[in-house]
Amino acid sequence: MSDVQVNSLTKTFEKGSIQAVNDVSFSVEKGELFGLIGPDGAGKTTLFRMLTTLLLPDSGSATVNGMDIVKDYREIRRRVGYMPGKFSLYQDLTIEENLHFFATVFNTTIEENYNLIKDIYVQIEPFKKRRAGKLSGGMKQKLALCCALIHKPTVLFLDEPTTGVDVVSRKEFWDMLKSLKQQGITILVSTPYMDEANLCDRIALIQNGEIMSINTPENIVKSFPNTLYAAKAKNIYLLLKRLEADEEVESCYAFGEYLHFTVKTDGNENDLLNAIAERHPLDELELKKIKPTIEDAFIRLMHENTIKVTADGE
Amino acid sequence: MKQLFVFIRKEFYHVFRDRRTLLILFGLPVVQIVLFGFALSSEVKNIGITIFDQAHDLNSEQIVDRIKTSEYFILKESVNNYSEIEDRFQEGRVKCALVFPPNFGADLYRTGQAQVQIIADAADPNTAKILETYLSAIIGQYQHELNPNVKIPYQIVPTVRQLYNEEQNGSLSFIPGVIALIFMIVSTALTSVAVVREKEMGTMEILLVSPFNPIMVLIAKAIPYLVLSLIDFIIVLLLSAYLLDVEIKGSLLLLFGESILFIITCLSLGLLVSSVTESQQAAMLFSMMAMMLPTLLLTGFIFPLENMPKIFQVISNIIPSKYYYIIVKAVMLKGLGFEYVWKETLVLLGMTTFLLGLALKKFKIRLA
Repeated sequence: MSDVQVNSLTKTFEKGSIQAVNDVSFSVEKGELFGLIGPDGAGKTTLFRMLTTLLLPDSGSATVNGMDIVKDYREIRRRVGYMPGKFSLYQDLTIEENLHFFATVFNTTIEENYNLIKDIYVQIEPFKKRRAGKLSGGMKQKLALCCALIHKPTVLFLDEPTTGVDVVSRKEFWDMLKSLKQQGITILVSTPYMDEANLCDRIALIQNGEIMSINTPENIVKSFPNTLYAAKAKNIYLLLKRLEADEEVESCYAFGEYLHFTVKTDGNENDLLNAIAERHPLDELELKKIKPTIEDAFIRLMHENTIKVTADGE
Repeated sequence: MKQLFVFIRKEFYHVFRDRRTLLILFGLPVVQIVLFGFALSSEVKNIGITIFDQAHDLNSEQIVDRIKTSEYFILKESVNNYSEIEDRFQEGRVKCALVFPPNFGADLYRTGQAQVQIIADAADPNTAKILETYLSAIIGQYQHELNPNVKIPYQIVPTVRQLYNEEQNGSLSFIPGVIALIFMIVSTALTSVAVVREKEMGTMEILLVSPFNPIMVLIAKAIPYLVLSLIDFIIVLLLSAYLLDVEIKGSLLLLFGESILFIITCLSLGLLVSSVTESQQAAMLFSMMAMMLPTLLLTGFIFPLENMPKIFQVISNIIPSKYYYIIVKAVMLKGLGFEYVWKETLVLLGMTTFLLGLALKKFKIRLA
């Protein structure tokens, strides 16, 4: 049976004028590392807050560990671990005091579940007498994770745990999540970073409160329908303008130092790129075929959604 | 139980690690007592006086000697004409002046009547009035000593007793008010801020998603501030007794009991404020505006309620500190027992039950 089951969950704010989560359904299997990927304001936090019983849904239902998020909120609160997006520990307490406090609040002791947090805790233990407010972003996240894990939760909700954390710490953090998963803990994690999506078992791409796609990261990339090309020139802005105006180009958007684009009719790769180079003879023009990433898939889905919305509106 | 204990200990860590909270907690009572006890005193003492003595005879100098030995006045340098008196007033060095005409003593003996002029600075009318009374009394007494044997056939001598405060110690009247004010600040303002801080920091989210009963969060927040308020109460009592020489007449036990009741009233108010505000600033402002101002203005502690328009007198009935003020005044200053304050206690108890119930009911077990 799935550990988290979400059925048509909907939540609005400001008397219905703001649609935060719109008819969202998915399920997460036991021991799965499930990622909610989407930009800020997509509805990830609202969804997490409903699943952790902090908010009541307008409509729809959901269960965590087979328990209803509205009726059985007491029992859910006893079992799950939750790490809110904002760093939520006591800044004026030391690492040790924070951990001890949360262990006690959760009716357990540090010793009882030490094996669960050991790998993470040893990294911050040298600083255990330091106040949480004086820790670096990475150490704060590790401490918060320790506190969320101390009562051996069955399901762990991590709301943007790596936002504002340096690259090295982010990588370490994801390694930790993998080892937790091996201990059978179901993990739901949200992140705005597309590169982290590849580290999840399955991901849901979420935008404007709606889930656009749920699949494994590989399948989401595979489902990208067209061939993707990258382009670069000395005057990249001019190139963007010209490609957008090009009849043959289906979509084009900036992606790092390159532009990514797809064409309407795929054909021989070399002929195609040569034709484009001929039509747009810019300085230092560079064209190549590339593999799509999750972010490309996301942008494509987002684009399709917008078109759909516009079409619906007409 | 262990959870509650650890939670309360955590609250004490917060208090003792925040310099600003500590300052408010332990600096405030001292500052208020010193301020109200010494600086804002309504007593008239050590007032500068100047003498314009045009007579320089035995009688005028004897009167000046009496003024000199009185604790109410400090004799400043004498002056030689009226314009100098004006100058002294304007410099602010003196608040009153005494003028003897050229033939003061001679007139007194020859015509049996002499005049002396008292000039007082009436920019502060209350002080001027009191100075006039003091000076008249000194002169009257001197006059009486000059003719000890003269008997006025019919004489009514009023004997005045200022009950409960015979030595006119000005500290007495404000101490109950200061205590109420301190409870408002510590129990209402600090407690509401402490709860709202958890919301602001996001720690409330974690506490809610835990086996900990949400109501226990409130209790764990309230208990430390109850203890701290009582410590403040003891500080104020000690300062009053040893620094301001105020005698605590009534039963200490009753005083503590009534104070604990009022602290719980303030705590309930604080918890109520915390459940309707989302930021620490809002909680602070709300506590100040809605709680402290009425305590200052509508309890009779600074301005007598009897002088206020009817509407304010009616409003004052819903302000808990008014009843506490009445109780403390009765117990501490008049030494009255519970039988005299049970009505006020009952009103306070009713208000506390209502506020506490409301605070518990309003407390959100979810975020919205």
